[in-house]
Amino acid sequence: METLKYRFEQGRRSLAGMPQLVGVVGSGNLEVLIEPSPLQGACEIEVRTAAVGFGATWQAVMADFHDRWSLADARISINDMGATPAVVSLRLDQAVESLTGGAP
Amino acid sequence: MSSYQELTARQRIPAIFDAGSFEEFLPPSERVASPHLAQLDAPVSFDDGVVVGRGKLDGKLVFGAAQEGGFMGGAVGEVHGAKLVGMLRRAIDENAHAVLLLLESGGVRLHEANAGLIAVSEVMRAMLDVRAAGIPVVAVVGGANGCFGGMGIAARCANSVIMSEEGRLAMSGPEVIETANGVEEFDSRDRALVWRTTGGKHRYLLGDCQVLVADESDAFRAAAIDAIAGLRGGEVRLTLEGLLAEQDMLARRMRDAEGLTEPMEVWKQLGVAEPARVPMLEADAFLEMAAQHRATINDGAR
Repeated sequence: METLKYRFEQGRRSLAGMPQLVGVVGSGNLEVLIEPSPLQGACEIEVRTAAVGFGATWQAVMADFHDRWSLADARISINDMGATPAVVSLRLDQAVESLTGGAP
Repeated sequence: MSSYQELTARQRIPAIFDAGSFEEFLPPSERVASPHLAQLDAPVSFDDGVVVGRGKLDGKLVFGAAQEGGFMGGAVGEVHGAKLVGMLRRAIDENAHAVLLLLESGGVRLHEANAGLIAVSEVMRAMLDVRAAGIPVVAVVGGANGCFGGMGIAARCANSVIMSEEGRLAMSGPEVIETANGVEEFDSRDRALVWRTTGGKHRYLLGDCQVLVADESDAFRAAAIDAIAGLRGGEVRLTLEGLLAEQDMLARRMRDAEGLTEPMEVWKQLGVAEPARVPMLEADAFLEMAAQHRATINDGAR
């Protein structure tokens, strides 16, 4: 297992509502827990993944995610079982949409 | 019309309980995950593969759970089992109208060894405690992973089991039988054989499940409401009389199936005229046919 942490400052979109969980920790899949959290306008993401050594790929996927949504005061926690970048992006969008109900 | 089988555990809860009524105990944000999997450096899930809580079903206070088959096959670890047991005990404390278990599990999570085994036995005991308190327990089996091992036994500790044809209920799963006894004994890749042996129709004909529905969320919900209404006011506790009647049914089944190795032969023995057609029948046509032939506790000496 590998733990990766990301923090993006000065998001523009604040989250509100109850924590939401989307996805399942199954082969090639992941679960994403999204929670509003007072983080001085930042979005923090913690990934625990079974696929070791893909830090650069995760960095790119997370940067794209932040470009799309620019979340503020949001905490995202991921349990991953080897999901591909496309699946990770879709789950992240699904997680945000479960709280905001909308598209970017 | 939507498939129950294709839903995740978290999607099944709102599909079965009254919309917006379910309150989850120990939600994922509490992060009560498996310490054993973490020690093994294996992926964990924030809910350890089970949703537990209380909600309304047709306006009544019903406690419930949904196992996530996608996470380790719905297998029961220490935390997963403790969540089920805690919910069942609270159902007694709060005098629930009923308990509804949406089961999908391969049984004990072997990574957790004795902790998982003990967890499953505690779930069974807690289910019987709920029944002893006069509260009906209903199990639903309709997930792609079926309900096997210890949870297969737990399902049969419920007052009523509701299945779809696609659901499967048994003790040892197909791969386990093949591994232990050889492919000549059981070919786990023969899907038709697997469903003839463990699927909902076979379980219904043999009297192991009390209700068979099509694989639709609404059908499962309606069947759960009906089952609970039918059980309320009756005897839901284990009684000596009830156990003896069940024992009679099992003995009769043993006699009926003696020497038979193929489920279709067993169905023929039960009086089904065209056993080969059974797997192809839609739920309604199957129920009509099965009504005259299925084994039940109260059908006297066959």
